[in-house]
Amino acid sequence: MSKDIVVGAAAPGCKKVDPILVASNVTRQFGGLTAVNVEHVEIPRGKITALIGPNGAGKTTFFNLLTGFDKPNTGEWTFEGKNLAGVSSYKVARRGMIRTFQLTKSLNAMTVIENMRLGAQKQRGENFFAGLFRFLWSGEEKKITETADDLLKRFKLDAKREDYAGSLSGGQRKLLEMARALMSKPSLIMLDEPMAGVNPALTQSLLEHIKGLKAGGTTVLFVEHDMHMVRHISDWVIVMAEGKVVAEGEPSVVMKDQAVIDAYLGAHHDTDLGTMKKGK
Amino acid sequence: MDWIQTFNLAAGALFDPLTAAYILCAIGLSVHFGYTGLLNFGQAAFAGVGAYGMAVGVLTFKLPLLLAMGFSLICIVVFALILGIPTLRLRADYLAIVTIAAAEVFRYLMSTIGFASVTGGSNGLSQFGYEFYTWNPIAKGQYVFGPFNWSEEELWLRIVAFGLVGLSTVLVWLMMRSPWGRILKGIREDEDAVRSLGKNVFFYKLQSLIIGGLFAGIGGMVYVISMSNVQPSSWVTTFTFMIWTVLLLGGAASVLGPVAGGMVFFVMLVLTNEILSGLVAIGWLPFLDQPQVGQLRFILIGLALMLLVIFRPQGMFGNKKELRFNV
Repeated sequence: MSKDIVVGAAAPGCKKVDPILVASNVTRQFGGLTAVNVEHVEIPRGKITALIGPNGAGKTTFFNLLTGFDKPNTGEWTFEGKNLAGVSSYKVARRGMIRTFQLTKSLNAMTVIENMRLGAQKQRGENFFAGLFRFLWSGEEKKITETADDLLKRFKLDAKREDYAGSLSGGQRKLLEMARALMSKPSLIMLDEPMAGVNPALTQSLLEHIKGLKAGGTTVLFVEHDMHMVRHISDWVIVMAEGKVVAEGEPSVVMKDQAVIDAYLGAHHDTDLGTMKKGK
Repeated sequence: MDWIQTFNLAAGALFDPLTAAYILCAIGLSVHFGYTGLLNFGQAAFAGVGAYGMAVGVLTFKLPLLLAMGFSLICIVVFALILGIPTLRLRADYLAIVTIAAAEVFRYLMSTIGFASVTGGSNGLSQFGYEFYTWNPIAKGQYVFGPFNWSEEELWLRIVAFGLVGLSTVLVWLMMRSPWGRILKGIREDEDAVRSLGKNVFFYKLQSLIIGGLFAGIGGMVYVISMSNVQPSSWVTTFTFMIWTVLLLGGAASVLGPVAGGMVFFVMLVLTNEILSGLVAIGWLPFLDQPQVGQLRFILIGLALMLLVIFRPQGMFGNKKELRFNV
């Protein structure tokens, strides 16, 4: 299986057969602390890649850098072959690389369906003058609403359609944020801890949905601490520690790497928390 | 105490051109603050730029009044760009500080002697609005409707002022039901989230600043045409805070809020003044004298505003649900 992902042997910074995102020499310093120092990393296209590592490893900072929410001290990266370093965050999103946030950013004083509609890109009514005339955008709005309703149903939020996002539970907001990110049909979706706070009953369906994204051709990159999820759905795992990529490989291989287990996953990582029935 | 006179004065405040001017400024502020979340404490400057732009256009550039109004709108856009480009990247509370400072800078610039040949210095400008009354299609005479008794000029001014209020209200309603308005509301909630969805947040904030500023500028024009002079001392921070009061009273994120807020505010101002001074005159409030009444009513209004923000933060017209979650 690793044959169709990696060229040669799996190692930190190894070359991929078909990378969608390639980053080199990305560093970010906060004062004296080097939060991110990634020499080289490639994200395989059409796969689910997990980015794991202990707290403070620089995973979220790396996310922020790649998506233009933070500026690196050095580094360059390309997305679908085009340079993306120094591009502002909203342009990154327009190129088809959409992210979610670790601390959920649902737009609380807007209804769930309005949150969803906002996710659609290049709407005609987003121009001030066109916006004043409903007939110019009502057709498009209808299509957007259909897509939104479809996604809401899949994420089991359709009953909450008219509720304000602020009235949802933490887990539901996570779902809403993910569904909203999907409104623009991104080619790469970057999920920052998608499972944090989601109740176990929903976890399974969410996992299925992420797998469904892959089946639909979307590349997924996610940060997660839930090792069962990582093992269950990811095709490739990248381990970060102290800002560096320290290991890469297929989940089954990386998780058996004793050094990775001890240093980054903790000695008790294998204890089943009952969130999943998956056998060993 | 003359109840009929009190009632007539209060009714007069309802359709006073100055009420309309404040309402227009508050509509602009609702675009800034209510919908986009921009904490603008310099709304007086936008109104002032509108007023001075028109007056200078007529007096210095010898433009016809209508063109001078157009010139003034261009001035407002330029002012919004100058203010917005460096500051809209700031977080909300810093924006408040910068806008309040910018408004003061504008006011001092208008009153300096150096520019007095254009701005009139601290005396301000007058005699620029005559042309407005030459447009008056209404026949000469007194027009009486119920408690209202207006000359043809007064009636004309009120029709134009409240016509502009109506037009602006409809425009805001059209703006805020559109996907464009949806982006503004998204920015109000969390601009990073909106950015992550591919929207150019800075550009939308700038648009909001310009559009809200234009409403305020039109309000400023109505204000000075009604006063028939423009003075730097009109655009003090108190002017801005009155606009905030009007907005919060009516409801920051509501289309009709500024209109209702403005009317209620000015009627209350007249009523408290009349009733208190009436009570002082008949000796029921021996601890007060007449000049103190004028100050006391603002204390009462301030108290009312505090109670309003604590117990009904959405204002008279706002949607409670829209406010419940983010404070």
